[in-house]
Amino acid sequence: MTATALAKAAEKTRRNRNRPSWEEPPTPAGQAGKGAVLVFICLVVLIPIYMVVLTSLSTQGSINLAGGMVLVPHGITIEAYRQIFTNNLVISSLIASLGITAVGTFISVVVTVLCAYGLSRYRSWGHRPLLMLLVVTMFFNGGLIPTFMVVAGLGGYDNFWALILPSAVSVFNILVMRGFFANTSRDLIDAAYVDGAGEWRILTRIVLPTSRAVVAVIGLFYAVGYWNTFFNALLYLPDNQKWPLQLVIYTYTLQGNPMPGMGVTQTGTYLGAQQIAPLSIQMAVVTLTLIPILIIYPFVQRHFAKGMLLGAVKG
Amino acid sequence: MTALRDAPTAASARPTRAEARTLKKADRRRRFLRDRALVVMTLPAILLVLVFNYAPMFGTLTAFQTYSIYAGFWHSPWSGLTTFRRLFSDPLFWSALENTLTLSLVQLVLFFPVPILLALLLNSVLSTKVRTFVQSIVYLPHFFSWVLAITIFQQMLGGAGALNQFLRSHDIGTWDIMTNPDTFKLLVTAQVVWKEAGWGIIVFLAALAAIDQQLYEAAAADGAGRWRRMWHITLPGIRSIVVLMLVLQLGNVLTVGFEQMLIQRFAVGRDASEVLDTYAYYYGVVNANFSIGAAASLFKGVLSLILILTANKVAHLFGEDGLYRR
Repeated sequence: MTATALAKAAEKTRRNRNRPSWEEPPTPAGQAGKGAVLVFICLVVLIPIYMVVLTSLSTQGSINLAGGMVLVPHGITIEAYRQIFTNNLVISSLIASLGITAVGTFISVVVTVLCAYGLSRYRSWGHRPLLMLLVVTMFFNGGLIPTFMVVAGLGGYDNFWALILPSAVSVFNILVMRGFFANTSRDLIDAAYVDGAGEWRILTRIVLPTSRAVVAVIGLFYAVGYWNTFFNALLYLPDNQKWPLQLVIYTYTLQGNPMPGMGVTQTGTYLGAQQIAPLSIQMAVVTLTLIPILIIYPFVQRHFAKGMLLGAVKG
Repeated sequence: MTALRDAPTAASARPTRAEARTLKKADRRRRFLRDRALVVMTLPAILLVLVFNYAPMFGTLTAFQTYSIYAGFWHSPWSGLTTFRRLFSDPLFWSALENTLTLSLVQLVLFFPVPILLALLLNSVLSTKVRTFVQSIVYLPHFFSWVLAITIFQQMLGGAGALNQFLRSHDIGTWDIMTNPDTFKLLVTAQVVWKEAGWGIIVFLAALAAIDQQLYEAAAADGAGRWRRMWHITLPGIRSIVVLMLVLQLGNVLTVGFEQMLIQRFAVGRDASEVLDTYAYYYGVVNANFSIGAAASLFKGVLSLILILTANKVAHLFGEDGLYRR
């Protein structure tokens, strides 16, 4: 056998490493069709995101040339970002969004971890009725108006906590996490118990370190929920000084209302306070909400399947 | 003699009912003392659920009141079924219900199969690299808010969006998808597909990965081709999870994209975008008619509960687990 034939054979095994021996070789048409569909799906997701980011970085000339959203760059500038970071409304909404996300995620993760652990022990006192109490809320809820009445009655109107506490616990997340905690090695826990460790110690020293992935995924789910909070802000926060980013985008980009303090176009001409913000600025605010998701996403992404484990629901 | 000596032992082996009760009580007490730290840990979550889930359930009773903001929940007069009579005689309520049901049906047909097909496609890709890459891209839109997703749709398909720029620059005319009430249901479904179909594959991929590979090998040895293996092994393998997702979907028939509708209301108008949730919101909060809003919510909640229990029953009839076991 010549060297080239050997190389060819090696190449063939490398390509077919994942293919079981009994499976028939793929047809070229099938391969091409599959590839085309996958490429199309990826482009449908990526191109809009790319255009939003690119437009936020484009000069007004480039936007005019494209007639709106930019696909091919003709001039890059960070002018739009310079402008939004001097705008009081954008800055205050960014701070509000970051604050709500940080505080909310912290509260949610702590409450969820504690509750999941508290219910994870086999045959512990009262775990059945407590679990039922939680599960019932997955099937029936009071609905929007009564919730609003309760939150407003407790003084939540015009208060940031109204965006956090009512949605702080997700029963589904508790059940998923409980499933994981229940799978922690029973021997390890018993050994710690015999050594005189209390429940708090077992949780922080044994259970949590072995469940980092699921805590990270569920933390991400909560964080994304708070970062994306829109309706509760619309419902409870009347004052635009307290608005989070999503509500600012809804009001000034989607509805196209004139944005306070954004009367100056990029060419520097003052067009009066009633000017709709230029497209690049709108897209810069939109990009602002994208950035944290794009940053955290790759780190947690590979654990998603664990966080979605449905087997945890049973029991 | 022996009988006498044995008597107490027999009694302790088979305790009387009263003794059993005290034993059980003692056991419960012992378990409580042992587990009290665990119970304390659940309290923050329990407290939040009681205040923000159970109190509102109780608050739905306001649907049977003529609620007045000044009197509050405790002092508003009871009015029996008057609110419901008003609700059911409101044509806007019925059109909201109709919109909700049509949208659910459209999504059941056009959205529900997409993640399954996508999962089957992705599962057939052998290269782990390609698979992970595609997965990480299609999961992404799930993490966008509806505000962000609809902004993106508007910039792509709206009157001033990328599609219409292209059409205009080629003198084809314009096609404003975002503000057309007639095609709104399809638009909404397309948005749901873009945002959630990728994320939806995750459960099906897990189910596909759990199928025993030896079944495939045995089938191939018996001469079953690609499609027969899919029909006889793959599809039965994911049937339970498909049924489970279907049960969940049926329980959510009356819940269709509240934020999605709310955000696009100004673009397509009320008639096309009014669903049960937005109806409750506009009547309840915006027009401050809390009783009507609560009645609409209660109607929806009770019906959803009935639906999910029925769907589950049907799943059981077909020999599947559904949401919970029999």
